[in-house]
Amino acid sequence: MKNPIKRIFKSGWKNFFRNRTVSISSISILTTTLIIISVFFFFRGIFDYTIDQIKDKVDIKVYYRLDASDTDINQVKDKISSLPEVKSVALVTAYDNLEAFKNSHNNDPVALQALNELDGNPFGAILTIKAQDMTSYDNIVQSINSGSQFLGDSFSVIDHTNYNDSNGVYDLKSTIDRLNNIVNWINVIGYWITLIFMIMSSLIIFNTIRLSIFIFKDEISVMKLVGASNMYVRGPFLIESIIYGIFSTVLAIALLFPITYYVAQKTTVFFNGLNIYNYYTNNFFSLFGILLIISILLSLISSVFAIRKYLKI
Amino acid sequence: MLYFENVRKEYPGGFVVLDDINLTIDKGELVSIVGHSGAGKTTLVKMILAEDKPTSGRISFNSSQIHKLKGNKLIDLRRKIGMVFQDFRLLSNRTVFENIAFAMEAAGKSDEEIKKDVPHVLDLVDLGNKILHFPDQLSGGEKQRVAIARALVNRPEIIIADEPTGNLDPVNTYDIIQILKKINDLGTTVILTTHNKGVIDHLKKRVITMEDGKIIKDEKLGKYSI
Repeated sequence: MKNPIKRIFKSGWKNFFRNRTVSISSISILTTTLIIISVFFFFRGIFDYTIDQIKDKVDIKVYYRLDASDTDINQVKDKISSLPEVKSVALVTAYDNLEAFKNSHNNDPVALQALNELDGNPFGAILTIKAQDMTSYDNIVQSINSGSQFLGDSFSVIDHTNYNDSNGVYDLKSTIDRLNNIVNWINVIGYWITLIFMIMSSLIIFNTIRLSIFIFKDEISVMKLVGASNMYVRGPFLIESIIYGIFSTVLAIALLFPITYYVAQKTTVFFNGLNIYNYYTNNFFSLFGILLIISILLSLISSVFAIRKYLKI
Repeated sequence: MLYFENVRKEYPGGFVVLDDINLTIDKGELVSIVGHSGAGKTTLVKMILAEDKPTSGRISFNSSQIHKLKGNKLIDLRRKIGMVFQDFRLLSNRTVFENIAFAMEAAGKSDEEIKKDVPHVLDLVDLGNKILHFPDQLSGGEKQRVAIARALVNRPEIIIADEPTGNLDPVNTYDIIQILKKINDLGTTVILTTHNKGVIDHLKKRVITMEDGKIIKDEKLGKYSI
């Protein structure tokens, strides 16, 4: 056979332009579906941003004894920061704590006078620990509570942590556990919504392509009856599907610029500082790739399935 | 060349459309198949292209059994048979040239062959001046001539014309029949199904008459007698 690939490409390209009404309707529906998928992409972004902000606010605190020496304090700090689960540590010295108290109570002479009555600094140093992951706090606290095994002699300078204090005064553990549960649930719900959304989008794309091919079912039968092979009949429809995918992706991506720009102006404050337009431009290539793959892949698969029954002749 | 042996076609529910069909068509014949609507004419010609399969019996083209062909062998068979339909069935978004070229491309012909043969076959059906027209820019008669050119372009051994004049006026009907006659005179076997008494009586060729899925008459020099 001479130049079959070239002929299939040429034919698909020509059909795309000659079946203008079908092409325009298919691209419009595909573009709308892709924009809806993008909206979902933005929702995921907003959700992740909010969760990150909540996670960022979570930390545990290690309270040092008042008589802890600077050497011991730093030794504990270095040991803890060497744990792989630890993202960052921040040390507030006893002196800084005292100064912070004074600053926050400078309008409260009774409190300041009470402080002066005391012999020395009543505040100890505090180590604030942020974990890589919310689920890692348990391991970090276990390491700290394992005592001299992990921290050596410097363990004795730790007074308590606010994670699961044995006296029951602090119980950050149950709060973090609850938060973890909520995050997990939201993730599970998010995955289900993604799945339902993908199925719905696939159905819309499948039916659009199916209708565009259904229009040509008689012509497909003629092509088969004049002796064309299945691939030669199917080929141009597949090329058309790819063109639909490319055009609708480009159109959706272009329309998202003004849409996100407009939405960002109205929602940045509401979304706690997340600017949708910036989020879009920062994730431009990944979103473009996702939409292109989804549209081309779904159009191609839809074409293959839609055309299959008309080829059985 | 073409043989039907004890062919029966029955659809689910016991609806019989062809019953005990025994028929031989030789190379170079022009055979007309006549009968009322529902007599089984179209089912019979569909089976020659393996568009439909018999419930029982054998249909053979030369040495191969048509109803058993699959894949490339079926494609090869269809390239040896040209089909003309009552409703033309041209590819609506392709020009006259492209419609005919499609049959050649499907048969794997080169661009040079296509450029040479398509204008030539269009001249045969007297449509050389409409080469770049689209089907919706043509009259019924012209569309049917394009369909004949498409059926003819791969030099098939048989041309099947299923009610080719059903949608045409008398002048176009005459032209189309003359073209089919000319094709037959050049050696191609032509199988024609029709309702048109004038066409049958004018041809003075073999006529097979069908009724209720059976062949009730097969005359070498037949006339329309329903």
